[in-house]
Amino acid sequence: MTLAPFGRRLAPLVENRRIGAYQLLIVDDPDGPRDPQPGQFYMLATEERWGAGEGERPYLPRAFSFARAREGRLWFLLEDIGPGTHRLAQVGEGENLWITGPLGIGFDEPAGRPLLVGGGIGAAPLLCLQDQLGPETKVLLGFRSADHAEAANLFAGEPQIATDDGSVGKHALVTELLREELDLRPPTSGLRPTVYSCGPPPMLEAVRALASERGVAAQLALESGMACGFGACFGCVVPTKDGYVRLCVDGPVLDAADLVPGGVGH
Amino acid sequence: MVDLCGVQLRGPVLNGSGTYDAIAARRAFGDELLERFPFDCFVSKTITLAPRQGNPPPRLWETPAGLINSIGLPNKGLAGFLAEDLPKLAELPVPLCVSVMGFDHDELNELVATVGACDEVALMELNFSCPNVETGLIMGADPAETAAAVEALRPLTQKPLIVKLTPNATEPAAVARAAEAAGADGVSLINTLKGMALDPKTHEPWLGGTTGGVSGPAVRAIALEQVHSVSKAVQLPVIGMGGIASGRDAADFLTAGATCVAVGTESFRDPAAGARIGAELRALSRKEREFSSGAVR
Ligand SMILES: Cc1cc2nc3c(=O)[nH]c(=O)nc-3n(C[C@H](O)[C@H](O)[C@H](O)COP(=O)(O)OP(=O)(O)OC[C@H]3O[C@@H](n4cnc5c(N)ncnc54)[C@H](O)[C@@H]3O)c2cc1C
Ligand SMILES: Cc1cc2nc3c(=O)[nH]c(=O)nc-3n(C[C@H](O)[C@H](O)[C@H](O)COP(=O)(O)O)c2cc1C
Ligand code: FES
Repeated sequence: MTLAPFGRRLAPLVENRRIGAYQLLIVDDPDGPRDPQPGQFYMLATEERWGAGEGERPYLPRAFSFARAREGRLWFLLEDIGPGTHRLAQVGEGENLWITGPLGIGFDEPAGRPLLVGGGIGAAPLLCLQDQLGPETKVLLGFRSADHAEAANLFAGEPQIATDDGSVGKHALVTELLREELDLRPPTSGLRPTVYSCGPPPMLEAVRALASERGVAAQLALESGMACGFGACFGCVVPTKDGYVRLCVDGPVLDAADLVPGGVGH
Repeated sequence: MVDLCGVQLRGPVLNGSGTYDAIAARRAFGDELLERFPFDCFVSKTITLAPRQGNPPPRLWETPAGLINSIGLPNKGLAGFLAEDLPKLAELPVPLCVSVMGFDHDELNELVATVGACDEVALMELNFSCPNVETGLIMGADPAETAAAVEALRPLTQKPLIVKLTPNATEPAAVARAAEAAGADGVSLINTLKGMALDPKTHEPWLGGTTGGVSGPAVRAIALEQVHSVSKAVQLPVIGMGGIASGRDAADFLTAGATCVAVGTESFRDPAAGARIGAELRALSRKEREFSSGAVR
């Protein structure tokens, strides 16, 4: 886990570009650490005009996994789904973001053969994980449509793709690709995979159930509503076998074995 | 230096109880947190006698310039606090105020007597924003309930007792007067205002606890008025809070009669907000000598 510099800091926008259905934001972070751990996240807001969007929001900063950290620059991949992500998707040249991070606990070093499984915008933290583990790392990605699946081009090698509408890759859910992959590697086949996954709650719940059924280790990057990102508000809890934990300081990556069935979010 | 109930503070900026976990923040930011500690006195999250899990999620909802929370006071309970948290909070570079809540007089007595006996603790804050299970009344909403509780607690400790007032009362100034007469050393306000939000898709209550408490700039004007009227009603030092986000806001609360201010929700936007607000306040006080405490009458 990499510590964050104390307080928020300004990060100038370097690039804001569309990648299919998503937006790629690259910012300069010269004073931040060079080695955030995949799965860690940052709290983002714009310096100007944060607020005064739909319903007079956003007010609080928003949590985003970093998708890549390179040469003092941070990449974020985001999906415009509400006032905060909408404002961030609109930031232009010459604007600054307020950033705090890296925060939380990311993915553990792999014990077995790593298998990366992403759903939609959940591909973001898997990109830097692949950067770290190497280009040959196996990646399975699920998207709604071909437009969303353009994000797969950011990955090295040939990620396997499934789409909900069949417009590219296999017409299936990404958990179907995971099931096939696990079928190829029965418990007797030597090196066992460790699953690293991020995606919408129903997908993570399916990954959790599948990993548990097949007896493979899985690390899941979860989401919950966050106000602060550093353990101050106690707002971001998710249920685990040990009771509620704050996702921002005890996660966002949790071991699937610690989660309760159906407790992956709402 | 600022004198708060006989405790010397390096400045007037505290945190609101429950809005800063210095132990978790140190895990995120390391010892830089201690070197640049943002508050002049640290107020703990409210602790109760028994451990509490808190409310089911979702616990947060964003409003225009504000937040509704239904956290439900999760905490390790008195024994867990003393064993695990107190030694770590004692390492902070500022005096410690411990916030406590009891659901009846016996619980409150035990909390205050035990916490009051700890050398690490400089002050105690009494969070009365909960029902007394014996009478069903919200202790802090009723002057007589507040007076009875403070009278019982007063002999149990020499440490300053600060009563945290709820804004969800007919007349907070009357509750403050009752607390003063019963022997309280200070009052703090405002706690969160009751609020709720509906899920935009299902139209069911969004928060796991159904209702919650509103905080942030959305409540600042209400807080300023309550700080003003309470400051006029009592001689006690007042800790003013509610939506403070800048040195200008803090100066307004001091001008309205507060001795100290507390920063809550703004820390969620910037973990170092308390330090920024303190610095802005110092810059303003050099410029505007007139905003001495209680200038507005
Ligand atoms: C650790 C972490 C990493 C993340 N990484 C990324 C990323 O890399 N890319 C990305 O695009 N997004 C990411 N997110 C999600 C992102 O933070 C949200 O999409 C964003 O906060 C939405 O803000 P908004 O103002 O656009 O929409 P809002 O209107 O705030 O919310 C949009 C949706 O979120 C739901 N929601 C709102 N408030 C809450 C709440 N309190 N609890 C639960 N759900 C709520 C609403 O039902 C709504 O459907 C991440 C979240 C977390 C916690
Ligand atoms: C998430 C959250 C948790 C809180 N928990 C407590 C608490 O445990 N005890 C307490 O006395 N007040 C609690 N409060 C109230 C704050 O201390 C403060 O009175 C209130 O939020 C107003 O200040 P603000 O607008 O600056 O946040 C909490 C507020 C928030 C937002
Ligand atoms: S987001 Fe505030 S405690 Fe996790």
